[in-house]
Amino acid sequence: MPKPTDLAAHRGLATWGERLVPLGTFRAATAEAGRRLTPAEREAAVVSFTRPAPDPTPVEGPYSRIAVFGGVYNNRFGLAALLEDAAHRGAEAVYCLGDLGGFGPEPEEVWPLLVQGDVRAIQGNYEESLASGREDCNCGYTDPRDNHFAEVSFRYTAQGCSPAFKAWMGGLPRRRRVRVGGRELLLVHGSPRRINEFLFRSTTPAPFLEVLLDQNRCDGILCTHTGLPWHRRLASGRDVVNVGVIGRPANDGDLRVRYALLEGRPEEEGGLAVEIVPLAYDHQALAAAMRRERLPEEFVETILTGWWTTCLEILPARERAASRY
Amino acid sequence: MPPPAAIAGPWALAAKPMPVIEEDRTTAAAGGPRVALRSLDTLWFQVAGTVCNIACAHCFVSCSPTNHTHEMLRLDEVRRHLADAVRLGVREYYFTGGEPFLNPEMEAILEETLKVGPATVLTNGLLLDPARCARLKALDDASDHSLDLRVSLDGYDAATNDPLRGEGTFERILGGVRNLVAAGLNPVITVTEACHEAGTDDGKERFFALLRTLGVHRPRLKVLPVFQLGAEVERSGGYESWQRLRDSDEPDGGWDHLQCSSCRMVTDQGVWVCPILVNEPAGKMGETLADTLGSFPLGHSACWTCHVYGVSCKT
Repeated sequence: MPKPTDLAAHRGLATWGERLVPLGTFRAATAEAGRRLTPAEREAAVVSFTRPAPDPTPVEGPYSRIAVFGGVYNNRFGLAALLEDAAHRGAEAVYCLGDLGGFGPEPEEVWPLLVQGDVRAIQGNYEESLASGREDCNCGYTDPRDNHFAEVSFRYTAQGCSPAFKAWMGGLPRRRRVRVGGRELLLVHGSPRRINEFLFRSTTPAPFLEVLLDQNRCDGILCTHTGLPWHRRLASGRDVVNVGVIGRPANDGDLRVRYALLEGRPEEEGGLAVEIVPLAYDHQALAAAMRRERLPEEFVETILTGWWTTCLEILPARERAASRY
Repeated sequence: MPPPAAIAGPWALAAKPMPVIEEDRTTAAAGGPRVALRSLDTLWFQVAGTVCNIACAHCFVSCSPTNHTHEMLRLDEVRRHLADAVRLGVREYYFTGGEPFLNPEMEAILEETLKVGPATVLTNGLLLDPARCARLKALDDASDHSLDLRVSLDGYDAATNDPLRGEGTFERILGGVRNLVAAGLNPVITVTEACHEAGTDDGKERFFALLRTLGVHRPRLKVLPVFQLGAEVERSGGYESWQRLRDSDEPDGGWDHLQCSSCRMVTDQGVWVCPILVNEPAGKMGETLADTLGSFPLGHSACWTCHVYGVSCKT
């Protein structure tokens, strides 16, 4: 047991690695350390650090109205409802931001719907993992319970997808650019930086998004991956939209799923109208199919209550506080 | 700045001897592979400097009531760095010390920060009285961004916690957690592996069970390895010379898994590469964030810990 220290031991001393040195010695060394740029050099460093990277992604469109969704999670009932609703609302093109698999039943069933519906998809982390033969969904959970359910869900989906479907997933692009009205939108799964980066509303501040938009030279970013939809119009007049998912409810007790409808507007009317659309679908049929496949009752509960029961660990404090579990 | 009145008190008994070692085995300033800053996502503030109201046996920065290696940051200094951070697209802010709530401007600093992004405070929980917790909750409610608290605890009971954090601290930490919960805040409990079995599933379950007894319905836990620096050197020994990164250690994906590829740390002495190396002059990269956007050599033994244990100080 170490004996109690004289608290004055630190007075005038600093810790430097493993050593105690006179405070003046530490301060003198730190004053010399590091770089000290001139104001002009500092400005140049900041400009260079936030400079856009070249992106050869071709620009699709222009369209006046598009529907964008993510997170199918094997929910063919939700996907069928979405295709009908988007057509009814006059969407000229329908985009999917990835994560076709997970949670739901009979994964291959969504493939013909996507093809027949002329859905333009990009890869999510699920498609990337399935196409590359990874052993997990790469969501990055650390909670043992979340990992257990993520494993159940991924293994079921991996076994239920044919090699041809997986190869099709592997051929999907990682990003798309679409012109809606006068605005050029970047479509990604997680974020423009990483396929599995979570953009939650409460942890995605406006200054961060402004720089992200600058670096990707676009007027808006559309993403999914978290399962929770939100829209933010930034001070620069640009938009960031998490379009939510159509595979399961948005953890708010509402049984409907969500997607986004985007419509080009004249600049004097804001340039772009964004609507997060709540979508009803045959959730009873989904729950019945999940039970037939003996998927975990925890997954079925989410479909029937609108509250998440698993993969909650990734929620930031504020989103977690608003959830039932 | 004069030291705040709050730092005199019985908790000072927790202090332990500081090792005085002539030869430092940890620093290799120029050597090692280099890590680029890919994006500045996480900005840390050593907001209380190295001043703390306790002196934990495993503190890698040896914080204590009398350690003035780094002094407290003032609101105007924080504000200056926040302005740079906004231009660089910082995503989240963290505040540590020392004990952040010893800083008399702490709540004003949080209010200012929450205007531009989410904030997390790493605290020892000893200064979380009901009135302060209510004010923190009000700050959280008023912001579009979340305010998160991380409370350090190093044992399942007084017998396991107090030898590390100081006599009587276990009950006082639990009191702070109760006050946060009563105010409607759900803190993350931060445990180091100095606590026996903290990293195992059994250990985590024991902490979850303890938190449930405090009324925490959705317990949140963060487990960190110990860094063999500062006070921890005396407790468990320092690094060995082989505990260094070499070019050949670089993973296929590069060094992006290291937090120094996406963070920086502001102290009253300048801007450091990460929260761990603040007691290393070689860890200082410049005076402003703009000075520190270049790469850094992974030449320190602590870099080895980050790589091997996959450490990230953020939540």
